[in-house]
Amino acid sequence: MTPKHSRRNFLKLTVGGASASLLPLPAIAQAAPRVVVVGGGFAGASTARALRKADPRIAITLVETSRIFTACPFSNGVIAGLRELPAQQFGYERISAGGIAVVFASATGVEPQKKTVALSTGQRLDYDRLVVAPGIDIRWDGLPGYDEAVAEQMPHAWKAGEQTLLLRRQLEAMSDGGTVIISAPANPFRCPPGPYERASLIAYYLKTTKPRSKLIVLDAKDQFSKQRLFQNAWAELYPNLEWVGLSKGGKVTSVDVTARTLTTDFGTYKADVANVIPPQKAGRIADLAGVTDRTGWCPIDPATFESRLVPGIHVVGDAAIAGGMPKSAFSANAQAKACAFAVAALLAGRKPAEPKLINTCYSLVAPDYGITVAGVYRPVNGMLTDVEGAGGVSPTDAPHSTRALEAKFADGWFKTITNEVFG
Amino acid sequence: MTRALINVPSRARRGEIIAIKTLISHVMETGFRYTTAGERISRDIIHGFVATYNGEEIFRAELFPALSANPFITFHTVATESGTIEFRWTGDNGYAATESAKITVE
Repeated sequence: MTPKHSRRNFLKLTVGGASASLLPLPAIAQAAPRVVVVGGGFAGASTARALRKADPRIAITLVETSRIFTACPFSNGVIAGLRELPAQQFGYERISAGGIAVVFASATGVEPQKKTVALSTGQRLDYDRLVVAPGIDIRWDGLPGYDEAVAEQMPHAWKAGEQTLLLRRQLEAMSDGGTVIISAPANPFRCPPGPYERASLIAYYLKTTKPRSKLIVLDAKDQFSKQRLFQNAWAELYPNLEWVGLSKGGKVTSVDVTARTLTTDFGTYKADVANVIPPQKAGRIADLAGVTDRTGWCPIDPATFESRLVPGIHVVGDAAIAGGMPKSAFSANAQAKACAFAVAALLAGRKPAEPKLINTCYSLVAPDYGITVAGVYRPVNGMLTDVEGAGGVSPTDAPHSTRALEAKFADGWFKTITNEVFG
Repeated sequence: MTRALINVPSRARRGEIIAIKTLISHVMETGFRYTTAGERISRDIIHGFVATYNGEEIFRAELFPALSANPFITFHTVATESGTIEFRWTGDNGYAATESAKITVE
């Protein structure tokens, strides 16, 4: 028998149903929701700004250790003497003028239950949602013989700044006829085409100033980003550049700073200048927040960038496991916007939209020789996945005018993105 | 020409345990893949690896389609006497490759 609702019962049911879904909204409208963003690089600074645009009512605090940000993209040009470090550096004045509270401190801990972040200043920040964007840390236990002290003699230069200048000074001090060795790590790591752009620009520096010198790239991989384009260009421009892949015994298994050698499974190489790009992991605060898994990186929901391990915390940029997306400034910026819109939606009680994300990486093979890779990504089965047929790489048989144009575009890209994030 | 890399210490003390490393470039095609035209790509793997020390077998391995391209095999042995350590890889389609290294034991 079907029970018949009286008019009074029907009203009760309706009101009951409505109150359940409407109650959270007035609560949010009264107190501005608080979002804390930890990390002021491309990912974090972009998230803070995109969030400000998405919903100006949200109170945003950006936590960053350094008052000056030094950008990694284009820093290979600094190493090769093609540009100066200040061209890589940006302050936070405009971000803070835009209504974002910028706090210069390092985050020392996160309490996901209480929803607070502890800072090195002793201050505690409450949040409704936390965005963690710490970039990378070096795995100091990842390569025998390599540690923080050794990095002062065999620089990684994989975080731009003093390390970048150190590698440049070593190249400048090396005599003509010397051997430079770059050790490239296995995947995943920050900026997949980075070691090869660096090899190209160092080879350019050697060719133009120390032509009897040699450059060897020891690689823990057989395949890398834009490989055909790089290798074709090397064959044409840099006869003194030798690339040794994994299957040719290129994986560096230990380094010896005293002997200035790098050892692989099948040989030992002596370097006058050694640039060791070591294995990496998500920045330290991700670990403290409990959002890294056994890989050292952070698993996320590909639509909202919310951690799969700790609810209420989102991870963007190099620290995140973003499926097919490379760890790049462009990716970080794209993820930041998608994450910001998702966070704004979640705080307003709306369902976040499914994003489509774009990445482009420019690399310089020489000052007037640029190449690109572009990709489009969307969430498929819980992972950010390459959209087949979208994106691609520069043509392999393009005339020099195309390469020169792409080098110009690269410059334009850097100006545009740094202006969008910091300007 | 063999596309193999080997690492055998050139000198060792008698009785010393030494590490030996080998890496051979090979596609290790599983036989389970298809072309875009739907044709099966036939299996092409290395299925056997043997190392001998002055003619005596010291290590043997059977390899299967699950193994990645460019098999890297490393093992240990005891340096007993001066001589030659030989390596032999055999595979599908009559594939065979050999490599050797001299060792002085004192």
